[in-house]
Amino acid sequence: MNFEFKVQGGDFVRAGNASSQVKKILKQLNVDSAIIKRVVVALYEGEVNIAAHAFNGIINVEIDTERILIKLDDNGPGIPDIDLAMQPGYSTASPIVREMGFGAGMGLPNIKNNSDDFKISSVVGKGTHLEITVNLKSTKEEV
Amino acid sequence: MRLKNLVENIGGRVVCCEEYLDREIEYAYASDLMSDVLTVKCENLLLITGLANIQTVRTAEMSDLQAIIFVRNKRVNEDMIRLAQENCIVLIEYPGTMFRVSGQLSSIGIKPVY
Repeated sequence: MNFEFKVQGGDFVRAGNASSQVKKILKQLNVDSAIIKRVVVALYEGEVNIAAHAFNGIINVEIDTERILIKLDDNGPGIPDIDLAMQPGYSTASPIVREMGFGAGMGLPNIKNNSDDFKISSVVGKGTHLEITVNLKSTKEEV
Repeated sequence: MRLKNLVENIGGRVVCCEEYLDREIEYAYASDLMSDVLTVKCENLLLITGLANIQTVRTAEMSDLQAIIFVRNKRVNEDMIRLAQENCIVLIEYPGTMFRVSGQLSSIGIKPVY
């Protein structure tokens, strides 16, 4: 089962729509509520990151019997130093993003914490690619 | 504690989803940083915040929060009410500070997350 969602940079009214739809789909599929929460928190952080930093982006969600794989691709400035961006508390968010309650430098670490597998790559001046995997039979401890 | 009793105790104003006031609330978390809220793994949880925008309600949706208390007289708008109704989240306006309502909630037995 595959779903695709478009995200517009700077649109903080609609940011979260994709995560909301994915949550509804996973509920309909009777996925365990703890797994749903991990998926949607990670996805929502990623979706907000696109709205906050990129011009636009596409989210692909693949659901099968074993796992949920989410790919987020954005067209944006990219991340020059991924290790630095992964450090809790590091942020390049604008004042507008901070006014919305984000930009505390917790997004990427929180995505990683909620994933069973997390990949990130970025090209400066082009964009950033995230892959978030959450296993449906995950035994990962709550973080 | 039942949400209905909690609201009466603090003197808050329920803005929407009154039909869910029989929910039990065990924990409260106070923050204006939504990224911090998204790290909390806890059930029967209520959020206390001074941040009144659509992403506050979105965050509550993603975190399975039962209710939000908006402190410092922050007003809830129509878009926030619509989203809260879609997701069965009780929105409460409160005239005092975050510190004041945190003290009130603590005195009636609502627990901190950590």
